[in-house]
Amino acid sequence: MKILEGLYYSKNHEWVKVEGDKAYVGITDFAQHSLGDIVYAELPEIDTVLNAGDTLGTVESVKAASDVYCPISGKVVEVNQSVADDPSLLNSDPYENWMICIEMTDKGELEQLMSPGEYREFCN
Amino acid sequence: MIRLDSLKKTPLYDTHLKYGAKMIEFAGFSMPVQYESILKEHEAVRKNAGLFDVSHMGEIIIEGKDSEKFINYMVTNDITKISAYQAMYSPMCYSNGTTVDDLLVYKFSNEKYMLVVNASNIDKDYNWIIENKSGYNIDVKNISNEISELALQGPKSQEILEKMTEYNLDNMKYYHFDKINLDGVDCLISRSGYTGEDGFEIFLKNDYAQSMWEKVLAVGEEFGIKPAGLGARDTLRFEAGLPLYGNELSEDITPFEAGLGFFVKLEKDFIGRDALFKQKQEELKRKIVGFEMIDNGIPRHGYDVYAQGEKIGYVTTGYQSPSLKKNIGMALIKSQFAINGNEINIIIRNKPYKAFVTSKNFYKKNYKK
Repeated sequence: MKILEGLYYSKNHEWVKVEGDKAYVGITDFAQHSLGDIVYAELPEIDTVLNAGDTLGTVESVKAASDVYCPISGKVVEVNQSVADDPSLLNSDPYENWMICIEMTDKGELEQLMSPGEYREFCN
Repeated sequence: MIRLDSLKKTPLYDTHLKYGAKMIEFAGFSMPVQYESILKEHEAVRKNAGLFDVSHMGEIIIEGKDSEKFINYMVTNDITKISAYQAMYSPMCYSNGTTVDDLLVYKFSNEKYMLVVNASNIDKDYNWIIENKSGYNIDVKNISNEISELALQGPKSQEILEKMTEYNLDNMKYYHFDKINLDGVDCLISRSGYTGEDGFEIFLKNDYAQSMWEKVLAVGEEFGIKPAGLGARDTLRFEAGLPLYGNELSEDITPFEAGLGFFVKLEKDFIGRDALFKQKQEELKRKIVGFEMIDNGIPRHGYDVYAQGEKIGYVTTGYQSPSLKKNIGMALIKSQFAINGNEINIIIRNKPYKAFVTSKNFYKKNYKK
């Protein structure tokens, strides 16, 4: 299982990559692997305001639908349309293929998330 | 959360782990839902071949002078129409016409049959049979725990089996079976399956299951065979419009509602006959239809179906079809809406998504006649 350095991780198996006040959010390798073949991804509208813990969208494997939660609060400023068009990208490279970019309202929330090391332990 | 280690295991359990299967609970068994990928396993069955462990299925032997008469009274189809070494599909009903199970009847002779029943219903079926057998000269044995079943499915299935037996499989028609020596092991093999493709179901003693599994995969390698799990089994049967007990059939659904009228022979006597006769005289209140999504969403088992602002039913099975790449489903809905082309709404995450009613035979079956 791949866990990248330099990212924050949530208990629901999302990752957060911080660039200034912005953060990219996606699902982890662990998540894509347990879901299996992902065939559908529903992303939020741009400008949607999300609180940490809100559903940001849904990914569906052949067998089931799963909510994806937003680990940090803020406003959606970008969505990755290529993931909506070809959801299997989440299987082939879950860290390259982010789902949304959010303008964070409280960077302090990042403290609540796990480091790569903590996340590795959490998954075992 | 169900503890996986408290579940029943088929004789192939260790083999599944060895092949990297993801295991899930199904009907009280720990079963492989997929090995590498449901999509790849699905495609292998459509194009080449897939091998399924379906040892969780139940086998009940009915033997004795009154076997034919008794079974014909228990099931809705007419088993007097089949010869020895033929199999027949049939629902089995309660007296109110709803469904105990759907099963295959394998005929050895007028005095010996094997019923192949759904794993989730083995005990229920057995008890139902025992409850109704008084006055009939028959013996009933549940041999489910002694027998393994492998399903080899897909257009290359015959070529693969031909490498393992002298038997001329060209002579075996769909829904026929025989005792066949396969790679030195005595098996019972029928040309049948649950995928919409040509294929075979292989019954054998538990002791031989593991080596047979390995052998079929080894022989099938050059034909592109893959081990396939319950995930692909469900997408395959669904595309072919085949019902799954628990979804399209249940103790609450009659065969007529499920669109299985072809397998109900009202001209003979059987349990549920009067209720089903009455249901046929009156109009059906609801029935299973196929539908295709217009809006971009995937329907799932249990989602509500609406039309004209009212709830008209629910989705029994839904998927993004791996073969057709369309979002499609089957639903049990009020009959007045069950007209091909009719627009309905599927409620996905509290929002209505447009769909239209269509035939549930989404994928044309490729059976050998």
